[in-house]
Amino acid sequence: MKAVEVEEVKRKRKPKVDKLREDEREHPLEKWLRMERIPHIWCSTCGIGTAVTCFIEAIKKSNIPRNDICVVSGIGCSGRIAGYIRQDSFHTTHGRAIPFAVGLKLANPKLKVVVFSGDGDLASIGGNHLIHTARRNLDITVLCINNFIYAMTGGQLAPTTPPTAIATTAPYGNYERPFNLPALATACGAVYVARWTALHVRRLTTSISEALQKKGFSFVEIICPCTTLYARKNKLGSGLDLMKFYHDNSVIVNGVDPREVDIQYQSEIKVGKFVDLDKPSYLDNYNTYLQKKLGEKFKPYGVTDEEKH
Amino acid sequence: MKADPAGVLTGIHYLDGDKACAEGGLAAGCRFFAGYPITPSTEVAERISERFPYVGGIFIQMEDELASMNAILGASWAGKKSMTVTSGPGFSLMMENIGLGVMLETPCVVVNVQRGGPSTGLPTLPGQADMMQARWGSHGDYEIIALCPNSPQECFDLTIKAFNLAEKYRVPVFVMMDECVGHMTEKVVIPSPEEISIESRRYTKKKPEEYLPYEYGEDLVPDMVKAGDGYFFHVTGLTHDQRGYPDMTWETQEKCVHRLIDKIKKNSDDIFILEEENMKDARVVVISYGITSRVALRGIQLAEEEGMKKIGRLRLITAWPFPEKRIRELAPKINAFVVPEMNYGQMVLEVERCAAGQCETILIPHGGGTVHKPEDIYKAIKEAYK
Repeated sequence: MKAVEVEEVKRKRKPKVDKLREDEREHPLEKWLRMERIPHIWCSTCGIGTAVTCFIEAIKKSNIPRNDICVVSGIGCSGRIAGYIRQDSFHTTHGRAIPFAVGLKLANPKLKVVVFSGDGDLASIGGNHLIHTARRNLDITVLCINNFIYAMTGGQLAPTTPPTAIATTAPYGNYERPFNLPALATACGAVYVARWTALHVRRLTTSISEALQKKGFSFVEIICPCTTLYARKNKLGSGLDLMKFYHDNSVIVNGVDPREVDIQYQSEIKVGKFVDLDKPSYLDNYNTYLQKKLGEKFKPYGVTDEEKH
Repeated sequence: MKADPAGVLTGIHYLDGDKACAEGGLAAGCRFFAGYPITPSTEVAERISERFPYVGGIFIQMEDELASMNAILGASWAGKKSMTVTSGPGFSLMMENIGLGVMLETPCVVVNVQRGGPSTGLPTLPGQADMMQARWGSHGDYEIIALCPNSPQECFDLTIKAFNLAEKYRVPVFVMMDECVGHMTEKVVIPSPEEISIESRRYTKKKPEEYLPYEYGEDLVPDMVKAGDGYFFHVTGLTHDQRGYPDMTWETQEKCVHRLIDKIKKNSDDIFILEEENMKDARVVVISYGITSRVALRGIQLAEEEGMKKIGRLRLITAWPFPEKRIRELAPKINAFVVPEMNYGQMVLEVERCAAGQCETILIPHGGGTVHKPEDIYKAIKEAYK
């Protein structure tokens, strides 16, 4: 195949590696990434790469069998995440990563299904799926990259764009009220809700790892710099400037009421773990309730023979 | 492979088409159902929600049809046979992700119990106006399989057939019912599991390091894997190469999309099911499908009673792919094709295209809401028979 050959050529172009010592040749995340697809499409100083690194660090540290981890993405810059992580990964349609993930999880409850996508994908076109899957406390983890803008399509207004911020479809500034995503997820029934910025790599990694271990619907919002569009449109400076902004303006408020963490334009960003509680998951309820209702004749779903005994 | 006895309700039943369709799914081994209620298809979902807890299946009522369609795709990739059921408005909502199913080559079954449209139309009354939508409804080029039952028994049989074709060709398969067939109650014979032949999924025998998700053999259908087996595969709705990786070039587009079309087209002789009667020396051939085929039968009888004996009857059990070859063969030998359908001309366009002016093509249109009057079909036959 011609196209394959083209990529092969690209892959061979890594001469600088030779200068490194033998033990440094392998990228630390090489086993977890589809290296044949690198370089990725993300812009320099984009926060998505950092979020992916945190995710991989989290799964490396977890004791979840690697084969069980599936990544599902929708469309957009963050929608490309599934394509770079070397796991069973699915790049679906715009907004539909969550219901696709619901199908995967329910069809094989052994799987650890992670939806990794963007704010426009998850909260706008896919908003209905977000709220209902949280309501059902379906056992999946949703990692939401929030860069305040539709970046892949060139910088349009998102449901998360802060008031007065400029977007290509809000050329005079945004006059809509944006979503407070942690409050939304919490109100709908998520059992684990956290928010960090791309600067908080250690805390973000811990949160992702906790979210993965959590039974039920877990939601982590990751505030990410988009230098090419959000920062440029709003004259907020370079990627480094945005990271400095996160550094100077993020306030860690673990356990605070998520209703109080909405984000205004260039305002303080409240970050932290807001919700961490235990509730029966969708399948727990399904099996417990129907067992009680139907008795012996009911065949519990997704329970292995070992678990039954 | 034989059917899993857990899902097969062997015996003689008195069922409506919707419930028979649900039983067909169960017998075929469907163990994942995601759906959203919509008249006149809801009874399928109701039956499945009642039956699944006893057979180890999982039913989920999703928040909408977009979610339902995606959930059955996800479930299929996790190794479960999956289906959803809807009617016109829901079918429209599913369209984008039917395209995803086609692009990812995901076996699944979508049942559309057709009602009158457009828009909300006639929720409780029949129509056959989604036939072209079934063929072309999702954007982009692709080939699809659609089956049209005309009785509750066939709702059972063809739902099993739909699952078998979906597995064999890795494509979403439609069961295009109509409200009449869905709500009519008749005898349905469910055979024993040994008598039901089931097409199992063709999983790859290759090791993860050798496996390419879209590498294909002679039949143009790639071997599948499922999530959780350590293959670390990637699939995308973007145009992709054999590795499943996106590649935005016209060369890859050509290879990727052409095969999606060819795998159905080149295997269409295996997919077609046509019912033919009295075709020898026929002067007029009546082409129909679904409930309309039963009304057409009465129209033919009326004509036969008046001595018009050379009336052929052709029923499209497979509507898509369309049996082009057979229509082309028949066209030069006959006066006319008479095509009654509950729409203002959909499948007739295909008949006319294949007839290519070699015989007349006569549409008997009907807006839906009730079936044709057999007399209208009789009159058209009489006119064409001269």
